[in-house]
Amino acid sequence: MTTPAEPYALPAEASVEVSAEEHQFNELIAADSRIEPRDWMPEAYRKTLVRQISQHANSEIIGMQPEANWITRAPSLKRKAILMAKVQDEAGHGLYLYSAAQTLGTSRDEMTDALIAGKARYSSIFNYPSPTWADMGAIGWLVDGAAICNQVPLCRASYGPYGRAMVRICKEESFHQRQGFEILLELMNGTPAQREMAQDAVNRWYWPALQMFGPPDNDSPNSAQSMAWNIKRFSNDELRQRFVGMCVPQAEVLGVTLPDPDLRYNEETKQYDMGEIDWTEFHEVLAGRGPANARRLQRRREAHEEGAWVREAAVAYARKQAVAATAVA
Amino acid sequence: MMSAPGTSEKEIWPLWEVFVRASRGISHTHVGSLHAPDATLAVRNARDLYTRRGEGVSVWVVPADAITTSDPDAKGAFFESPAGKNYRHASYYSKSEGVKHL
Amino acid sequence: MTETSRPGAATADHGHVEVDSVVLSAELVEGGSVASHDVAEYALWLGDDALVIAQQLGWWISRAPELEEDVALGNIGLDLLGHARSLLHYAGAESGRSEDDLAYWRDEPQFRSAHLFEQPNGDFAHTIARQFIAAHYLFELYTRLQASGDATLAAIAAKSVKEVDYHRDHAVQWILRLALGTDESRRRMVTGLSDLWPYVDELFVDEPLIDRLEGVAVRPSSLRQAFDEAIVPVLAEAELDVPRGFISSGGGRGGRHSENLGFILAEMQVLARAHPGASW
Repeated sequence: MTTPAEPYALPAEASVEVSAEEHQFNELIAADSRIEPRDWMPEAYRKTLVRQISQHANSEIIGMQPEANWITRAPSLKRKAILMAKVQDEAGHGLYLYSAAQTLGTSRDEMTDALIAGKARYSSIFNYPSPTWADMGAIGWLVDGAAICNQVPLCRASYGPYGRAMVRICKEESFHQRQGFEILLELMNGTPAQREMAQDAVNRWYWPALQMFGPPDNDSPNSAQSMAWNIKRFSNDELRQRFVGMCVPQAEVLGVTLPDPDLRYNEETKQYDMGEIDWTEFHEVLAGRGPANARRLQRRREAHEEGAWVREAAVAYARKQAVAATAVA
Repeated sequence: MMSAPGTSEKEIWPLWEVFVRASRGISHTHVGSLHAPDATLAVRNARDLYTRRGEGVSVWVVPADAITTSDPDAKGAFFESPAGKNYRHASYYSKSEGVKHL
Repeated sequence: MTETSRPGAATADHGHVEVDSVVLSAELVEGGSVASHDVAEYALWLGDDALVIAQQLGWWISRAPELEEDVALGNIGLDLLGHARSLLHYAGAESGRSEDDLAYWRDEPQFRSAHLFEQPNGDFAHTIARQFIAAHYLFELYTRLQASGDATLAAIAAKSVKEVDYHRDHAVQWILRLALGTDESRRRMVTGLSDLWPYVDELFVDEPLIDRLEGVAVRPSSLRQAFDEAIVPVLAEAELDVPRGFISSGGGRGGRHSENLGFILAEMQVLARAHPGASW
């Protein structure tokens, strides 16, 4: 196993008295065991998890939109069914993750409020538009493919509820990437217009998919701590490299060209060398200046606000029923 | 006493814990949680959310705040007593080894 | 994707997820037979109803009042889309057309959906009112269609009836909550129900086709009493009156549709029609 074995990094003056609880936390991490909700945990560990899990949940929810755009226009009934099931899964996944974050003391309502107020982050990939059907293929193949690379190691995250949510999510997502690949394969075996549509979508999604792994290791301030805590198991660059290694042969099967002229196999490192990622664009989109940021949040806000009367009605009904039940008793 | 983690009085729909019996002959197992305004909708939401790939034949839902948990600060007092009581385990009785049907 | 070792994974144990292998059941319910012209027409009626309402429910996913409801409406939409596919598959076999030929390459006058299914989603109360009427009608229909002399229709009905039974329950639960919840939800539920009610009668009209399909099709007028008996107690519990007022003249079975179907089809068919002959 390549996970760092040392317990989470103690402050420089390690001679400071470590409380019994903290000692136990360190032991659990060192033994690669799991931390459960009621266990003592360092405040920074809790904060890191809430930030990461809620961002992850928000990404699932906002990530429904680029694909939901095409449910009503899917070009065959089979594709319509697959897409509905996939977008529906994403609602479920957001929900599993909100529940995991909730065990750390932050409610779903609070996370939703932060999201629609524009104060919470989500994966910047979902701020790109999905103007064509081929985007359904490229999102499934590249975006879900990158997400799966990130997520599979998270099944062993040290925080129990997060790891368990990820196991369920990874199992359910096993069809997401395949269906995307198949959409692209159908297009590449289709008419010239379909092939062009597929290549265009790959051109637009490839680089943003690589950015999903986060900044390079030398520019990723939180990574080391997350790895020491066994939340993260591999570095951003390691996962990105692994993803590219999987994409190249798959692109050959599809017959699409990955839009990186510098991409080539390096016999020495046994890895693919790749071109420079445009991190300026990444930070621009992250900062809210992507092509679809405003639209995504607006849609989420509208759904939430237009649903308020329904949620309130259900609560009012439950209260009345409870009162009636007490009166009878 | 503490209730299950995650309960919050501020939320408009309370949290429910979901238990699914995967098939006949095995116990209901905790699979996750969800939000619902009442028990009737909670059990339906659980069906929709946690059994849509045929994962279950029966579903339980429990309001998260109705669950009482052991005190995490009393782990020692609660869970360390079995240590040393090896005589509760069959493998403690080694002299009968090799005797059939024991 | 299953986590397995792949080129590039080198030494790393990247975590492990096992994907359960399952025995998959048939996607479409089929009897293996080809429908006669009249049976195909009848299958088209039922298939178009299911398709048009499933198409509309698909819109809700990512827009529902709460995440749990995104999932619930998604399940209902997928059930109905499944019914539509089985029925259209069967309807098309007679003329050598696929489910997609029928869904994407017919124009509005060739559709056979009843007006109820074409009514817009509106707010959540309108959608629930539409679901409430549709699910109760479909439950009575499929319950009887299980005894159809046509084996394929009977098989499709046997699968569908369990699903629409759940849809019925979902709609009832929400009718009660919206009608008896807050003043606002009650106002919206009353409006939703009275906006949808004009389209109820059309569902129970016997067309000449039904006379030719004795023992195969279910006579729509024969369902009305059971339908009323099922919904009246729910409306009573919800303290809602059966709406009075306009009654739509209908005409969907003859290809005369409500204003909304054109928009539904335009959206549903736009991509497929831009690429004639393409496969997806």
